[in-house]
Amino acid sequence: MTRKEMTNGRPDTAKVLVTENLTMQFGGVVAVDKLNVVVHEGEIVALIGPNGAGKTTAFNVITGVYTPTNGRVRLFDRIIAENRPRGKMKALYKGDDAGQYKDDVVLTPDKITKLGVARTFQNIRLFKSLSVFENVLIAHHTNLKAGVLRATFGLNRKEEKDMHEKSMELLSIVGLDHLADEVSGSLPYGMQRRLEIARALATEPKLLLLDEPAAGMNPQETLDLMAFIRDIKDRFGLTIFMIEHHMNLVMGISDRIYVIDFGRQIAEGTPVEIQANPDVIRAYLGVDE
Amino acid sequence: MKKNFPASVRLTLSLIAAVGVFFLLFWLEGQRTEQGMLISILQKSVILSIAAVSMNLLTGFTGLFSLGQAGFMAIGAYVTGLIAMPVSSVDNVFYVSGMADGLRSFKESLSVLPTPLLITLALLAGGLIAAIFAALVGIPVLRLKSDYLAIATLGFSEIVRAIIAAPQLDRITNGSYGLKAIPGFDSGGGRGSLLIPFGVAVACITFIVLLIRSSYGRAFKAIREDEIAAEAMGIGLFKHKQLAFIISSFFTAISGGLLAMFMRSIDARAFQVTLTYDILLIVVIGGIGSITGSIVGAFLVTFAKEWWLRFFDQPLVINGFKVPLLRTGFRMVVFSIFLMLIVLFYRKGLMGNREFSWYRLLSWPARIGRRKKSLPSGDEEALK
Ligand SMILES: Nc1ncnc2c1ncn2[C@@H]1O[C@H](COP(=O)(O)OP(=O)(O)OP(=O)(O)O)[C@@H](O)[C@H]1O
Ligand SMILES: [Mg+2]
Repeated sequence: MTRKEMTNGRPDTAKVLVTENLTMQFGGVVAVDKLNVVVHEGEIVALIGPNGAGKTTAFNVITGVYTPTNGRVRLFDRIIAENRPRGKMKALYKGDDAGQYKDDVVLTPDKITKLGVARTFQNIRLFKSLSVFENVLIAHHTNLKAGVLRATFGLNRKEEKDMHEKSMELLSIVGLDHLADEVSGSLPYGMQRRLEIARALATEPKLLLLDEPAAGMNPQETLDLMAFIRDIKDRFGLTIFMIEHHMNLVMGISDRIYVIDFGRQIAEGTPVEIQANPDVIRAYLGVDE
Repeated sequence: MKKNFPASVRLTLSLIAAVGVFFLLFWLEGQRTEQGMLISILQKSVILSIAAVSMNLLTGFTGLFSLGQAGFMAIGAYVTGLIAMPVSSVDNVFYVSGMADGLRSFKESLSVLPTPLLITLALLAGGLIAAIFAALVGIPVLRLKSDYLAIATLGFSEIVRAIIAAPQLDRITNGSYGLKAIPGFDSGGGRGSLLIPFGVAVACITFIVLLIRSSYGRAFKAIREDEIAAEAMGIGLFKHKQLAFIISSFFTAISGGLLAMFMRSIDARAFQVTLTYDILLIVVIGGIGSITGSIVGAFLVTFAKEWWLRFFDQPLVINGFKVPLLRTGFRMVVFSIFLMLIVLFYRKGLMGNREFSWYRLLSWPARIGRRKKSLPSGDEEALK
């Protein structure tokens, strides 16, 4: 199946995330080079590539941590980032399609989260000195309705109670409810990863971005994680876009895979297609072109 | 779970303590002639505790290191002083260049209000104006990284002081002559010299505690812990920093207004950087991230500085032998040594980031023994 057929085969599923010629250049380093990704509703899509390929950078651009140098990001029907090379970047820019994207759209990460994108981090970023429970509770804040005075005087008791209940529920889904009062930074690595996912879910996302969720896990834990990701996807009706190095996990769980190398997209397809793709094999084995 | 007594026990203990403190203060006020020194130190302590808790809201709970305290206190003090000062004293105070006509007629229209209401309004107005300044200053300043934020707010504080003392504002701030005849806490006639500042402090600190426990307070802590993660969880950095900054400045200015009422006459020199350092000191000694610590610290530092160590400033002659070192200013040397000791032995301040709990207080004697036993293992940990 080619990409065209794939897309045509899903006429009625909405495109959740689309990146158009997305480019991120730091000084002279092109970390992401013309990335064109489409993620449909309900899919699990993986982004793979060797170390330093620009995967995390792509996530950072999608979530608003960086403003792209050139290109556009759409979430559902909305443009959440659009930029073209400007200022000093005009001279430095190495691409050839500068000037195609006329609008400037810059949203801070919190705004993008409010639109329904949540993420985890490659180097776990929990609120370390706070409890496991508080980590999840805090993430509910983004959907809080009460203003600061109402919240301070405890006039949103129902809302507060709901937040507590939902947090506890999320913790039991990820199997951490018995550790709710522990300091999150003291949890073992694998549990911290689960907690980060629970925290991301608390923002009530539609699209979940996972940056190497299986990093540091043993094969058994990785298998558990695979089942877990499928479970939360169904339970919360999520679309998942993930970066992962564990090939078993990637091949076992993904509907489609994008491969990038040196920032450039080198392949796209189903796991079977990707495994047979000579470009991918070359990139992973490090053979010179 | 942390060990604690059941809620009913805690509530009863707290009520008993509150009633006890209330009657103690009430009784003390009756002893004004004998206990004048104690009363004024208590007043100053409780006033500084508001400023310290406000600073802790920023530094300890939001992770914003701001050094603008003296500036916001000055705004609070001047606004409160100007509004609360009786119209009849205006000519005496502004004897050099007189008061601006607009301000004077504004004060005349306010003079129909009874004194307690006027003072309440004066304090609130100080807080609000400081909050507006905080909102404006916050726009550029809160986007800065921590160290730069400290320097920028310090600069703001000095600018406020310079503007207050500027001759161009003589008809409003009375320039370098300062404000006088500001009504004190007992101006209502009744007992208020302790109950008013303590009452205001309880209200302010309760608000801050409730804020910290609310969802917004949790968002502040998230920003303190990890800005990038907080933002990724949908917490707007600027919005929440701005909120913390405005609220903190509001209460800092209330503290400044109370300070004006405490001092009765103020001028710009009272709001130098040293005032900010005093508050910072209280916060550090008490424990960054502990409200209880800031309150305890305010009392401890003020009592030590103003009273307990006075002894060192008095020359002492025993049998014709003049004890060396004891002279004016030596107190501050002892004070500094005392600070160093606290910082050495309680690296995270007296309270760390813990809060007061009846259980901890009442089980304190028992825990001292246990702590000694567990020390060696703690050392091992430190060596790793
Ligand atoms: N803020 C930055 N400033 C400059 N260069 C950056 C920045 N962030 C990333 N890079 C560069 O961009 C390139 C891609 O990095 P990125 O972290 O996106 O790779 P990755 O695919 O996630 O790799 P890994 O598998 O190791 O996580 C690297 O060369 C990196 O040094
Ligand atoms: Mg990465």
